[in-house]
Amino acid sequence: MAKHKISVTINGAVRAAEVESRLLLVHLIRENFAMTGTHVGCDTSHCGACTVVLDGSPVKSCTVLAVQADGCKITTVEGLEQGGKLHPVQEGFTEKHGLQCGFCTPGMLMTASALLERNKNPSELEIRQAISGNLCRCTGYVNIVKAVQYAAEKMR
Amino acid sequence: MIPAAFDYHRPDTLDEALKLLKKHGDEAKVLSGGMSLLPMLKLRLASFAHLVDINRIPGLDYIKEEKGTLRIGAMTRQAALERSDVIKSRYPILADAVPLIADPLVRNRGTLGGNVANGDPGNDQPAIMIALGATFVAEGSKERTIPANQFYKGLYETALARNEILTEIRIPAPPPKSGGAYTKLKRKTGDFAVAAAAVQVTLGKGGAVESCRIALTNAGLTPVEAVDAAKYLVGKMPDDKTLMEAAKMAAAKSSPSADRKGSVEYKKEMARVLTARALKKAVQRAGAN
Repeated sequence: MAKHKISVTINGAVRAAEVESRLLLVHLIRENFAMTGTHVGCDTSHCGACTVVLDGSPVKSCTVLAVQADGCKITTVEGLEQGGKLHPVQEGFTEKHGLQCGFCTPGMLMTASALLERNKNPSELEIRQAISGNLCRCTGYVNIVKAVQYAAEKMR
Repeated sequence: MIPAAFDYHRPDTLDEALKLLKKHGDEAKVLSGGMSLLPMLKLRLASFAHLVDINRIPGLDYIKEEKGTLRIGAMTRQAALERSDVIKSRYPILADAVPLIADPLVRNRGTLGGNVANGDPGNDQPAIMIALGATFVAEGSKERTIPANQFYKGLYETALARNEILTEIRIPAPPPKSGGAYTKLKRKTGDFAVAAAAVQVTLGKGGAVESCRIALTNAGLTPVEAVDAAKYLVGKMPDDKTLMEAAKMAAAKSSPSADRKGSVEYKKEMARVLTARALKKAVQRAGAN
């Protein structure tokens, strides 16, 4: 089983790796690149804790092969903060108490930031639909929705 | 969870992909969106020595309606279908269904080709394609077309040969006075259907049913086409009583199995209710255009 030399742009930096075919994208990020902000939750593409933005679209990185991301642009939760300044969605989650245990938060932030790239003024329904593939077992989603609304307003 | 080891191939052309399939035979599997295949590999419910990734082959990702046919490339992502104006305005059965498939993150990867070619009776688009009278284009040693209602042979078994790739879905553009609907019952986002019904109807002179197709999701080992129920409707005025009778006939054709989503009786009853709702909605939409 040959290994594959791949190169990805992750949070703006080009990184190379030599990977087995079966390595999952989430493990490339966490283990090879030592970026542990992206979480492994259910590991069965249900919970969304592993969500990263791959070429502009939020995807579950436990269900993408690392080798499939060769040549792609990836943004993880570590890439949201710019120059020591929190991304508006991060600020929103802080201000509106959008997390309790925090396990789902990296995935929520990635889905929310991708939503706001596409839709500057999402309705509550659109926010709820967008995050419907990200499970939170603490908050009941109310404050998460408020956090995304806060970020949307801030970004307008 | 880690899949068993395999070799990964990323051909740049369809020809190259077909050669790989020919070379590796039963050992090879096509990787499209991977939203069913990768979980199955991770759970070790399946294993293949070779994966042939068709994601980078150009020209398999399009939605175009021309000369009375809607042509959709097999690699078209569910998210692209969801955002397509032609689907929103002309194919309400698909517009109903796509937002109910898995979740938005999965829809960013999952493809129409993968959904229909996988042969999982829980997938939503096979029944829809049967209702729409679609045909699937398979590329192998030569190109051939397979009607959707002859494609499904058994659980994960389809008419697609090992050395073939499904490249395009062709849907006949519905004539005036047509309408379609998909109704699905699921317990939560991301879940497969407890039961679901796909209906496409065309009304004729005076509002009687001119043609109709009905198909059910998760109602057996393959999608179930309710031919008798559709035939019963043709030539009749689609009043509530007639539609209810057709829904009853359709549900009688379903043979779901009991699992944690419900008993056989419950699922058959839900198939009846959902077919009735889909029929009503489809007729309403047909009347409105």
